Amino acid sequence: MKKIEAIIKPYKIEEIKNSLVEIGVVGMTVTYVEGFGSQGGHKEIYRTSEIAVSFIPKIKIEVVIDDDKLDETIDAIIKHAKTGTIGDGKIFVYNIENAIRIRTMEEGSIAIQ
Amino acid sequence: MAESLEKTEPSVVLQKIDTPEEKRRKNRIKKVAIFTLTLLITLAAGVFLANKPSLVQNENSVISGLDNTDIVFMIVSAILVMLMTPALALFYGGMVRKKNVLGTIMQSFTALGVVSIIWFVYGYSLVFGPDVGHLIGNFDFLMLKSVSLAPSDIAPTIPHQLFAAFQMMFACLTPALITGAFAERFKFKSFIIFLILWTTFIYCPLAHWVWGNGGWIKNMGGLDFAGGLVIHIASGAAALACCLVLGSRKGYQKENMPPHNLTLTFIGLMFLWVGWFGFNAGSALCAGTLATTAFINTQIGATAGLLAWIGVEYLHRGKATVLGGMSGTLAGLVGITPACGFVNSTSAIAIGLIAGMVCYILTTFKGKFKYDDSLDVIGIHGTGGIVGSILTGVFASVLVNPAGADGLAYGAVHLFNVQVISTLASIFFAFFGTLILLLIIKKLFGIRVSEFEEMQGLDISQHGENAYRLQI
Repeated sequence: MKKIEAIIKPYKIEEIKNSLVEIGVVGMTVTYVEGFGSQGGHKEIYRTSEIAVSFIPKIKIEVVIDDDKLDETIDAIIKHAKTGTIGDGKIFVYNIENAIRIRTMEEGSIAIQ
Repeated sequence: MAESLEKTEPSVVLQKIDTPEEKRRKNRIKKVAIFTLTLLITLAAGVFLANKPSLVQNENSVISGLDNTDIVFMIVSAILVMLMTPALALFYGGMVRKKNVLGTIMQSFTALGVVSIIWFVYGYSLVFGPDVGHLIGNFDFLMLKSVSLAPSDIAPTIPHQLFAAFQMMFACLTPALITGAFAERFKFKSFIIFLILWTTFIYCPLAHWVWGNGGWIKNMGGLDFAGGLVIHIASGAAALACCLVLGSRKGYQKENMPPHNLTLTFIGLMFLWVGWFGFNAGSALCAGTLATTAFINTQIGATAGLLAWIGVEYLHRGKATVLGGMSGTLAGLVGITPACGFVNSTSAIAIGLIAGMVCYILTTFKGKFKYDDSLDVIGIHGTGGIVGSILTGVFASVLVNPAGADGLAYGAVHLFNVQVISTLASIFFAFFGTLILLLIIKKLFGIRVSEFEEMQGLDISQHGENAYRLQI
């Protein structure tokens, strides 16, 4: 099993969710986060003073999937998250040791299907 | 094991020796008892002092000279002005950081409480009581004694008490305006002391000079229709003194301190704007043509200020912002305040535009000065008030208000000179007076929260509350 953690532009979330559901991903966790990468923030104006805001709102998606779905999932996220402009985000891939469904105590890939 | 501990520990040990917490609790109870006792004594004194005649007059249904239309108008105006202080709490509250929103609201909120009582006990008497040396009123109206339901000279068609109530709302608003200058760092206990001293030693004398019978600015012919000098210039000059004595917020100009909720600020501004109609039109003291002039000029001044600010901002920064629009509206309202009952509507546009632009320029240069006027009290109330007061000396016309005078634009120099002198006198008095009061408070009680408390935010450190708990 793998975990994919993707940091994306907030307004892309619906599009990405739909595409992942289409390829058979059955669950995800979404967190509203703030941060910066090479983009380095933007400027805001408050009553004649311009301030540099370094932490920009983003959404972090976490999905856990079977190994064989990895490439398909990553492709789907990239396809919908990409705008070609700076600040499109990052994807991180982790190995997952185990997964347990709390209700039934099923373990392994059954727990994420 | 656990059960036996619970049984043996508390009853035996705690009864003999008080823990520090227990001591603090008992101390607190003692303080509350003393406070309650003082309150009761004051109340008893009040009942003793209260004049019987004014109570009797309640039963007289007809008092000659009263006009019911004017009474309705003035009660509604007073309600509108009362709304401005809580509106200011929201306006300022949205502009500070999340951790200080309640602390900021609390400052305006308590101003309403403290100043209302002061006004009743001796404030009204000091401002509108019989004159002493052209500087201050005497104590004839203590506890609103002999302020009856019959009309007075100053407002001949409404009960004297209603006039006192209307003026009470102005007195509450003024110190609340200053709180924007020292947002996010004033110690609450010292703030209450500041409120009492400032209202007593700065607001009361200044208001007497301008509005009281026999006050020297009034005698000289200085015009201030609804409080440009007394309210906006005074709070602006006091704000400068506050910035100098308190110093900047921790991290000022190093960290970002953006407003935490501009929609809250917008709600506050809209209530302020609505309240301002009571403030300006109500200052005519009767329903009629003068109130109508003031009403129209208020709207025109405010909107001219709004357009001036976002126009200049758009040219300067390439974007028109909501906070900018709100600041411009406020600048326009402040600017038109002293003039609204003396100028025609064309002049009101000019005053609003000039106030909006001048305030924009001044707040732009704020960063160059070292002081931290957190929410721009100097930049908007001080500057707008000065612009409005001086321009009253330019645009005032006897055609609009026979009780006024002609300004520079109508070929008379006298009024302009008088306006400049009274403006400078108000700035000078409010600035140095406030400076002295603050230095005394600083010496006796301390004025700033500790560095840790400032980091924590006023909400938790001063009031033990949290404004937003968005999770379960």
